[in-house]
Amino acid sequence: MSLEKFSYENKYPKYFAIACIFWGAVGMLIGLIAALQLAYPVFNFSEYFPHLAFGRLRPVHTNAVIFAFVGNGIFTAVYYALPRLLKTPMWRSKLSKIHFWGWQFIIVSAAVSLLMGFTTGKEYAELEWPIDILITIIWVVFGINMFGTILTRRERHLYVAIWFFIGSWVTVAMLHIVNSFEYPVSFMKSYSWYAGVQDALVQWWYGHNAVAFFLTTPYLGLMYYFLPKAAERPIYSYRLSIVHFWSLIFLYIWAGPHHLLYTALPEWAQTLGTAFSVMLILPSWGGMLNGLFTLRGAWDKVRENPVLKFFVVAVTCYGMATFEGPLLSLKNVNAISHYSDWTIAHVHVGALGWNGFLTFGMMYYLIPKLWNTKLYSIKLASTHFWIGTLGIILYAVPMYWSAFRSYFMMKAFTPEGMLQYEFIDVVKTTMPFYVMRALGGAIYLIGFFIMVYNLIKTAKAGKFVAYEEMEAAPLVKEYKAPSNSIWHSVIERKPILLLVLSLVVVGIGGIIELVPTFLVKENIPTISSVKPYTPLELQGRDIYLREGCYNCHSQMIRPFRYEVARYGEYSKAGEFVYDHPFQWGSKRTGPDLARIGGKYGNNWHFNHMLEPTAVVGGSIMPAYPSLYENDIDIASTNSKIHAMRNMGVPYERNYEAIANDDLKKQAKSITDNLMIENKSIKISSNKEIIALIAYLQRMGKDIKLENK
Amino acid sequence: MKYSTYLEKIAGISIYPLISLLLFVSFFVIVTIWVLRLNSKEIEHIENLPLEN
Repeated sequence: MSLEKFSYENKYPKYFAIACIFWGAVGMLIGLIAALQLAYPVFNFSEYFPHLAFGRLRPVHTNAVIFAFVGNGIFTAVYYALPRLLKTPMWRSKLSKIHFWGWQFIIVSAAVSLLMGFTTGKEYAELEWPIDILITIIWVVFGINMFGTILTRRERHLYVAIWFFIGSWVTVAMLHIVNSFEYPVSFMKSYSWYAGVQDALVQWWYGHNAVAFFLTTPYLGLMYYFLPKAAERPIYSYRLSIVHFWSLIFLYIWAGPHHLLYTALPEWAQTLGTAFSVMLILPSWGGMLNGLFTLRGAWDKVRENPVLKFFVVAVTCYGMATFEGPLLSLKNVNAISHYSDWTIAHVHVGALGWNGFLTFGMMYYLIPKLWNTKLYSIKLASTHFWIGTLGIILYAVPMYWSAFRSYFMMKAFTPEGMLQYEFIDVVKTTMPFYVMRALGGAIYLIGFFIMVYNLIKTAKAGKFVAYEEMEAAPLVKEYKAPSNSIWHSVIERKPILLLVLSLVVVGIGGIIELVPTFLVKENIPTISSVKPYTPLELQGRDIYLREGCYNCHSQMIRPFRYEVARYGEYSKAGEFVYDHPFQWGSKRTGPDLARIGGKYGNNWHFNHMLEPTAVVGGSIMPAYPSLYENDIDIASTNSKIHAMRNMGVPYERNYEAIANDDLKKQAKSITDNLMIENKSIKISSNKEIIALIAYLQRMGKDIKLENK
Repeated sequence: MKYSTYLEKIAGISIYPLISLLLFVSFFVIVTIWVLRLNSKEIEHIENLPLEN
């Protein structure tokens, strides 16, 4: 058969690799600043730059690392590996171009909009609706380009890395679309379509699977391609990799509810989440062992090859994180870890170890290849390896320590049955750990910059290979499978069937978990005392969202003695029916706020938001002086009430017309109250702080009324 | 008011976890059988694909 000539275009792997490294540096640097903000609140610069406070910066960090650093890492791998595994160029160079620039544009608009305070208030899905639409479009462009390539391939069999790419693509598409259902109020402002418990379930179904299908499965594709390449031998067991793929995607999709243990989520959904999370250890460890066993008898190579060094630690971290994950899903362990720094340690073992080191290994392999030269300095790469490893340890250990320390302090009672420590006592003892964590992060980042230097030197020493010429035979139309391969090999050769089956497999878990929770909506008896927010409270809630308060404060009291004693009656599902979006949070750097309403006077909040340390000594909360200057955006009240009613919040018809009158009335009463309590306070009632106080004073009040 | 009883209103909700477990186990068994029956020659060809260029 005649061979066809074609070439691999290296331009886009190169572009994506550069973008990956660039955004990695940015994302990690922002992470370091955020870590410093917790250790030294002065880094919030609240007086000068309200846009840089922790609540706004942290989403920039998480989004940058996940979607910019790892995202571009995924695309680097796909644009390099896919053509080579399929012996064909990427389908359309123009689509590659749109994909690359579109994705970078999304990243920039995400960073800018998050800093400006445009956020949906849902973790890792903070981007507002116009950006969500853009992501969908670019994701589809990527999919078309990927499938175009697959359908025009010259290799009949799809290597398992491609399965992981296909599975990830289709699942991320599904998750993104379902979780991004939102009601636009204006340009760059929307409300989640779901409320309360339903919103929480969808969000964590999405949130957990963002970890699964963005940070894990595409990177497993990367591992299955680059690890054998670097080790110059095939994967230990190809059969195992197939079991790994199918069982992993099947199980992962169910695991989301383990983020909501002991919350107001229905018990059966919590149990389901736990059960599947525990099962997840099997495919995960199967995959990890598959990676490590590939190096059996070749460990001498690991000593010399920095690429393999990074891969070994990355795969080991994958093993550690996926052992820890099921552990954290057990209710008794989760009682300790949830809302604590343990979660932070867990994700950073994954992000720094698994994603970071796998990316570094890939870069040390790829950059010399793309520039047709040798790595500038193996010694520097080894230095990076050791510094990076040290950084991970110095990051993780203080966080574990801090988590346990806080847990024991939080649940300590005096012999008289009183809580032994105030929340702020716990915060104060956590400080040294926050300092150490920032140090660990800084060390890791230094290693990163050593890599950047090494790679730039490498590229400069070589010459970029824009196209690699290849030749291969086209696929024969009439393929006859070997006689003893029956039905099973069919799927493996049919990419579209593979796509559909992957969707079915991930769809099952999603449907079984989500549908009942939505059907029950009708069954949730309305708690008669739970009323929609007043217009002023609604505006205050939007300020709460904008400032990213949920990054440090939960609104979900778990049914433990030490939580009920500290925060009040535990939270009930029926309390959140008007919460678009839910704001349960996932981390308590500050105390829970579910029942903050009425706990302190308006005055307390007024002084506290202006200068937290003056009210609570040792507080690490940023100050919010800008709230005392900005006016409440009353022009938006009308469309906000309208949107809420259309989503089922029972505001009376035409309430929009008079909503602002009520808003002003309530604002005036709060302002009057402030001035009566403290004559020195001078504030006009149209300032944002008044709305925020109204919201804070409302929280948890409805149920208190019920109990009276 | 008993908030914890909302979901008992779906008839037979307890069957859900059981169905899910059965689904997964049968799925897992099918995949395993499939994998064991794969043609060794094909496997050898496929697993060497990343090493080709």
